Amino acid sequence: MRHSSGPACRAWAAHRVRPLNALVAQFLRDWRIALRSRHEMTTPLMFFAVVVMLFPLAISPEPEQLAAIAPGVIWVLALLASLLSLEGLFKRDFSDGSLEQMVLSAEPLFLAVVGKLLAHWCAASLPLVIFAPIAALALSLPLEALSTLLASLLLGTPTVACLGAVGAALTVSLGRGGMLLALIVMPLYIPVLIFGTSATSFAVAGLSVAGPLAWLAVLAGLSLTLAPFAVSAAIRMACEE
Amino acid sequence: MGMLKTFWHRLGSPPWMYGIARPWMWGFGVLAAVLIPAGLIWGLFIAPPDYQQSDAFRIIYVHVPTAILAQSCYLMIGIAGFVHLVWRMKLADVVLQEALVIGASLTALALITGSVWGRPMWGTWWEWDARTTSMLILLFLYFGIYALREAIPRPDSRARASALLAVVGLINIPIIKYSVEWWRTLHQPSTFSMVEQPKMPAEMYLPLLVLVLGFYAFMGAVLLARIRVELLNRESGSSWAQAEARRLLSS
Repeated sequence: MRHSSGPACRAWAAHRVRPLNALVAQFLRDWRIALRSRHEMTTPLMFFAVVVMLFPLAISPEPEQLAAIAPGVIWVLALLASLLSLEGLFKRDFSDGSLEQMVLSAEPLFLAVVGKLLAHWCAASLPLVIFAPIAALALSLPLEALSTLLASLLLGTPTVACLGAVGAALTVSLGRGGMLLALIVMPLYIPVLIFGTSATSFAVAGLSVAGPLAWLAVLAGLSLTLAPFAVSAAIRMACEE
Repeated sequence: MGMLKTFWHRLGSPPWMYGIARPWMWGFGVLAAVLIPAGLIWGLFIAPPDYQQSDAFRIIYVHVPTAILAQSCYLMIGIAGFVHLVWRMKLADVVLQEALVIGASLTALALITGSVWGRPMWGTWWEWDARTTSMLILLFLYFGIYALREAIPRPDSRARASALLAVVGLINIPIIKYSVEWWRTLHQPSTFSMVEQPKMPAEMYLPLLVLVLGFYAFMGAVLLARIRVELLNRESGSSWAQAEARRLLSS
């Protein structure tokens, strides 16, 4: 620790404070971009809504049958919709060079990635979480399960965003990465899908939902701490080409 | 410690690896040639039939070794990926690439033999039980790495990207396995527990052990043979590989 004052100390102090600024700056930048290109936010949401509409038509409009499949349908669609938004997560930054600037910058890439992930979650996952109860009602999911569905989505979508970001970063430099991204990340999504749908089904059956929700929280914690490392490594690889 | 370090550094040298792989390949090959026929004869003809499944259980002697190897292969891929990411060892990418093909084939084989076994036992070709489902997910993890490798043209980036994905997959496998088992207990309270071999007697169990070892040896031999070919292929510009290729062609 240095106790003397002077330019060196101030520079050191500034350096110590700046990393969090990098996170916040990256978050604000991405959030503003998301707000200004609103179609990128709304398209996955509309995809979600329009496919939810297909299920009563394809399977049956009977409330009992719909209620039975509702947790699964909503969760699978949340995963698919996340793929739609994830594909573009790094694409524009990669093509206009700002991803490279992120790598070259003196700030830790890890924190910039965390900021980016947070912004992505707020712009892409949060609207979906907010919209999900409406879809659940349309699929006749019992009202008492709504809060659990919301909790499971809130706890599960961070993991989905983190794992998906690893896949998105790995495929960013490839021309047509969409199908490849799906193939890479879908197997990794399975635990989230299992615990998310189970929690909701438990709530419908009146069972305790603490177990699966706790697991979702554990997975969220794990992926939030580990995935940014993998994403940073993948971004470095993409920029080295 | 010193010896280990020298060994580690030598692993980075393709000609050294190419040379040392040959005796090991033959060793594993001979071991497999002894163990697999012995285990098969023991298991398929000498071991007593199961009291419930009669002779149909004998597919276990092919199914279980392939299933164990399929998972070991992913472990090896994950470790190779880690080594490649940390030490940038080129050999690790060769191991990853070759183990990928072997592992994916073994996983597919385990699924197929499991399905053939399931037909007389469960009366269905496909059953969503915990192990079958985990195996299927494993197959898709293999496919994911394979597809990623196919999509990246530059060898350097291909190696690093697939190494990273392999490590991410390896970290996720225990979580996936646990969650699938948890999911299965939810939906099916142990109806098919007869697949969980209830304490196999030694005369059924020992041939299985021999076959597992034999399959491991076989995989070792095949892997080393593939690694040698791939090393020659990748080092085709270097003088040692050209000399070796000339020697192979003239003999």
